[in-house]
Amino acid sequence: MSVLAFAEQRGGALRSSAFETLTAGRELADALGVELIAVLLGPAGLAAETGKLGSYGADRVLTGFSDAFAEYAPESYTELVAKAAQEAGAKAVLFAASAQGKDLAPRAAARLKAGLASDVTEVRVADGRVVAVRPAYAGKVFMRVGFIGEPAMLSVRPRAYKAVEAPRDARVEELAVGGDVAGRTKVRAAEGEAKERPDVAEAEIVVSGGRGLGSPDNWKLLEELADALGSGAGLGASRAVVDAGWRPHGEQVGQTGKVVAPPLYFAFGISGAIQHLAGMQTAGCIVAVNKDPEAPIFKIADYGIVGDALEVLPRLIEEIKRPRS
Amino acid sequence: MRIIVCVKRVPDSESRIAKAKDGLSVDTQGVKFVLNPYDEYAVEEALKLKEAAGDGSVSVITLGGEESKETLRTALAMGVDEAVLLKGQPSVDGLGTAEKLAEAIKGREYDLVLFGKQAIDDDNLQVPAMVAELLGLPCATVVTELQVDGGAVTATREVEGGHEIVEFELPGLIAAQKGLNEPRYPSLKGIMQAKKKPLEEVDAGDAESRLEVVEVMNPPVRAAGQIVGEGADAVPELVRKLRDEAKVI
Repeated sequence: MSVLAFAEQRGGALRSSAFETLTAGRELADALGVELIAVLLGPAGLAAETGKLGSYGADRVLTGFSDAFAEYAPESYTELVAKAAQEAGAKAVLFAASAQGKDLAPRAAARLKAGLASDVTEVRVADGRVVAVRPAYAGKVFMRVGFIGEPAMLSVRPRAYKAVEAPRDARVEELAVGGDVAGRTKVRAAEGEAKERPDVAEAEIVVSGGRGLGSPDNWKLLEELADALGSGAGLGASRAVVDAGWRPHGEQVGQTGKVVAPPLYFAFGISGAIQHLAGMQTAGCIVAVNKDPEAPIFKIADYGIVGDALEVLPRLIEEIKRPRS
Repeated sequence: MRIIVCVKRVPDSESRIAKAKDGLSVDTQGVKFVLNPYDEYAVEEALKLKEAAGDGSVSVITLGGEESKETLRTALAMGVDEAVLLKGQPSVDGLGTAEKLAEAIKGREYDLVLFGKQAIDDDNLQVPAMVAELLGLPCATVVTELQVDGGAVTATREVEGGHEIVEFELPGLIAAQKGLNEPRYPSLKGIMQAKKKPLEEVDAGDAESRLEVVEVMNPPVRAAGQIVGEGADAVPELVRKLRDEAKVI
């Protein structure tokens, strides 16, 4: 018996969410008293990465390497994960609730005829069964759900678990990769997209802007602030500015956008519609800057400044950049 | 081009949603229900594809109660040709619902199945990929751009910090993300015509749940914060608090 954790890679590198998934898996495996098995699928060059999976708590690593796996291969991944889960007698299978995990986990759950809890923020064992907490209605409520049958399939929300090292000498075993591994669905990365900042859902600090910024040109101030805050800072946006075409949809925070829970969230010129608040109200610390002292965002902000975001931002950038005395 | 679009009736995104008295469900009293916003993109895309092909049909299917007829009528008013109501309750997790939908789709002729990427009530984001798996179809989820050229599909899907290009041959399945198109509003003529369009009812029965809700919780209430000050002059104090009090930078 075991707990399986799918270790996600993209373009030949492990993603940080892989280690968060392992940490959640390690806790669950300990609670169930079983071993933790990491499943790593990717191009052959990834073999060098298996040691890292042991560092974060994997007792065993099952690998499936093929050149066809440099990018996500839905059908083959489903096949291999489902087979690994069956052979290892998995009591639970964990994925990151990432773009890839949210595509793969449902396929694997359908193959295994098992229940899947999406976007979980907490998983534990109560009275011998796996129980998870997950947001619904974009975080307007949270649900505690119990699994009927096995394995318990879970996708773990980014940043819900902080990756913790739990070193052990992981045994590495190869999964038999055979047949037509390419599958009917061909996936490749889009060209010409230089990734400079973390995605809003995975960022440590989110710098969000709304209508109060006046025009899309003023986003250069948010970018400058994000740069000053370091490489963990990502950009977010309100639905209003995404609908207006100022910012790409990938940055939208809230219902019909992304639900985020970073340790620090800045809201500049965002009044705080219900659907936006639902998507960020579990952030660690919320800072709001808005001209309107009655704006709903101030009701949930830890720190507020009443004022024009365009006046506050340059000063804030300057203060953050100033070396600490 | 024969297209099937799967839709769901959900509370409007501006609704206040809270735990119900029983502690096991949400209170939807006084809540306005709408066609799931992501499903609007799916319906729009289906209508555009049919228009571009010059022939074909678009059907909508939902699993739900009598009240879901209203949702189906909205899709019919947008221009969909026919609707199917699978009478039964959706499951807590996605699989039971996916099984009911897959069973209904299997018996029909189609080239493409479209979904919204997720329903904004339970936020499972599971059913489209599950239906693809159950029907043995290639699929792309969270799609922001779609090209169908004869039988060849090229879809752009959103991933962290960028996009992926997914290619496959029809038949297949696509789950729509915001940005795919600009959904049309039902015209008055469309609304009138919708009343006369076929709406088939099938007793599907309740979907099997493999999860059960043990407790519904309201999110933790945030303690009232503080207004640090007004305008740019308040910035040094804000930064001090973020560094020394909250210790987040």
